[in-house]
Amino acid sequence: MCLAIPVQVTELLDDDMARVTLDGVSKVISLALVEDVRIGDYVILHVGYALNKLDPGEAGKTLALLDEAARVTEGARP
Amino acid sequence: MKYVDEYRDGKLARAIAATIAAEVRPELSYRFMEFCGGHTHAISRYGIEDLLPANVRMIHGPGCPVCVLPVGRIDDAIKLARRRDITLCTYGDLMRVPGSQGSSLLKAKAAGADIRMVYSTLDAVRIAQAEPGRNVVFFAIGFETTTPPTAMAILAAQKKGLSNFFIFCNHVLTPAAIQNILESPDVRALGNVRIDGFVGPAHVSTVIGTRPYHAFAEEFEKPVVIAGFEPLDVMQAILMLVRQVNSGRHEVENQYIRAVTVDGNLKAQDFVAQVFEPRDSFEWRGLGMVPNSALRLREAYARYDAEKVFAIETVQAEDNPACECGAILRGVKKPADCKLFGTLCTPETPMGSCMVSSEGSCAAHWTYGRFRDYARQETQRHEFEQKAAS
Amino acid sequence: MNANPKPGVARLKFRKLDIMNGRVDLSHGSGGRAMAQLIAGIFHEAFANEWLAQGNDQSVFGVPAGRMAMTTDAYVVSPLFFPGGDIGSLSVHGTINDLAMSGARPLYLSASFILEEGFPLADLQRVAQSMGEASRAAGVPVITGDTKVVERGKADGVFISTAGVGLVPAGLDLSGDRARPGDAVIVSGSMGDHGVAIMSCRQNLEFETRIISDSAALHELTAAMVEACGPSLRLMRDPTRGGLAATLNEIAQQSQAGIRIEESAIPVKPEVAAACELLGLDPLHVANEGKLVVFAAPEAAQKLLAVMRAHPLGRDAAIIGSVVEDSHHFVQMTTGFGGGRIVDWLSGEQLPRIC
Repeated sequence: MCLAIPVQVTELLDDDMARVTLDGVSKVISLALVEDVRIGDYVILHVGYALNKLDPGEAGKTLALLDEAARVTEGARP
Repeated sequence: MKYVDEYRDGKLARAIAATIAAEVRPELSYRFMEFCGGHTHAISRYGIEDLLPANVRMIHGPGCPVCVLPVGRIDDAIKLARRRDITLCTYGDLMRVPGSQGSSLLKAKAAGADIRMVYSTLDAVRIAQAEPGRNVVFFAIGFETTTPPTAMAILAAQKKGLSNFFIFCNHVLTPAAIQNILESPDVRALGNVRIDGFVGPAHVSTVIGTRPYHAFAEEFEKPVVIAGFEPLDVMQAILMLVRQVNSGRHEVENQYIRAVTVDGNLKAQDFVAQVFEPRDSFEWRGLGMVPNSALRLREAYARYDAEKVFAIETVQAEDNPACECGAILRGVKKPADCKLFGTLCTPETPMGSCMVSSEGSCAAHWTYGRFRDYARQETQRHEFEQKAAS
Repeated sequence: MNANPKPGVARLKFRKLDIMNGRVDLSHGSGGRAMAQLIAGIFHEAFANEWLAQGNDQSVFGVPAGRMAMTTDAYVVSPLFFPGGDIGSLSVHGTINDLAMSGARPLYLSASFILEEGFPLADLQRVAQSMGEASRAAGVPVITGDTKVVERGKADGVFISTAGVGLVPAGLDLSGDRARPGDAVIVSGSMGDHGVAIMSCRQNLEFETRIISDSAALHELTAAMVEACGPSLRLMRDPTRGGLAATLNEIAQQSQAGIRIEESAIPVKPEVAAACELLGLDPLHVANEGKLVVFAAPEAAQKLLAVMRAHPLGRDAAIIGSVVEDSHHFVQMTTGFGGGRIVDWLSGEQLPRIC
């Protein structure tokens, strides 16, 4: 379940709200469920609320692990 | 799209597929259940099955809150919407779910009920504020991902002093559902449905953390890998599960480290605990009564509880007897095993909820994957003909 | 070819309408002076052509030798005004496009208006002016029309119903059942722009985007395609409601064949993809109003592609796949990720998802 997508915070608004963008499309959403969000941060958006902050460091680690997994059979592949 | 496109890279996908193929033991068969409907949808939409070796099979689990909503609760929502004083707000997913006697929210709307599709609970609260003469009821569904937004809506309504905002609460809990599947007689008995591991839900886990999954991993000795939402996340999680099975481990691993932590979102959990409490049991379509699997509003918020305020008495409604949603939600049967699939039951005329929600096993298979049934049939026929000829 | 209307027809004089504050009322539909005043003040002004100025219930034109194409359409879009267009320009473009898809040269249009009581005259003027401009820019006049008024609540501001006639070049026979295995499938540009532009205006789905509707008249593009590759063309269709998915499935059914496409070949603007992600929609199911799909003999594909790309409305044209033998008439797609899936008809109305 749960269509959620990482979006970038571009403006902080009153009442715990914020403007976020995804490739040029913007939306105003609620930050009530997260803390310490700054402009430029990425958050996971679900039904109009930010559920969590996305950790860029961990994202990088995942990509590195994916690369590693991809290279396991590199030599053996036709 | 940053943090999205990188995890959809086709070249990496083929490489990881090769790794999975190299690491599976040919004498074993690996059966993994992806619990979350979002993963079911991703697997179908990207055709991930085509990239997995033949001895790795994905079983689609019941993690689709639309699919598991019992017919009786849809009927309740329709009854509410038909009342002249009520405006029913709902997520788009629910509009076409079949109720009793072929009814649905979409049909009720066509017949004049004030039903409004919203993207967020924020919109429902806004409507309540803008139209004080209407009783605005929000049809709340979803697992732990979607529950915090409902909690926030109630707290917002309270803060704004709204007396015309209500929640019809159908929130359900993931751990209870997984437990129910693992304990079902079909699964426990040998030779029926064997599940070797779980792909854990992505966004439910951002809220609840990885801690709650340890109990299953230990008690049922099954590995659980929490996976992100994108297709490469799913493939990496499958690789991690294969490795666990090969080394006889049954641990909880987190593939979605960029968004999931051990504790989860404590702020969201606190808001949910403030507003909701567990129900003793709740009916799940296809699974029957499941204990400790759902939430209701606490007494302190009774004034927002549509069930209390509008005296809802849910009548258990029966599914079409030929509908195999129950078996399909448990992973015991496949969509093609259901006699109604593709004949009486299609996305235009859904008989059961597995077909209505785009994440449901049947809808996903129909919309993205049914061409494989014919390919399989043709391969089998071809093999048969070859054998007969020789 | 085009019979010119009688010159020197006296224009009937009427009192000026109060465009700024006036609203449509039931008298405007009753056939009396008020209706004549409305027609002259708004429609004749906007379309400014001699056919309409004659003030007859019909317009007469010479019928050229050969075959004619005729089409009819209704426009009920809401909101009436959206980024990149409005119901007026949309109705002109859409009708012209239906004719253009047969390879026809569009000649004339008719337009009939159902107006809701209370509809602001200023908005009606805006719609009519927009139609007039679109019609002039395309070189296809609106030569006859009709106006009715219904009570408040029975029409969404205005509904427009059109018809169009055109001339089909000799020897050209495009039809949905003509696709054959091996044929190339080409789209004229990015998918999903119009639907996303409309959705961005819908209540409770508010999102901000720079995407504008792609509403455009395609007859000059199709004329170039027919001139260069006429004998190699099987069919053309514009993927409006239901998007590319609906169009491909329609053709697969009509031609009794299968279609195989590559997701990575289908042009989709990043903002359109992003909006669809946010709402849980599939761009292949989202409407287009200024794009076409063409099926052509494989040996003509490259030449056709070059001709399309040379035209401003076909700049982003791309070959997306081909027709195959398939008794199930599936439209199958290889995803960007590498796996396979089918592209099915849209089920019901496309509703934004949370799941």
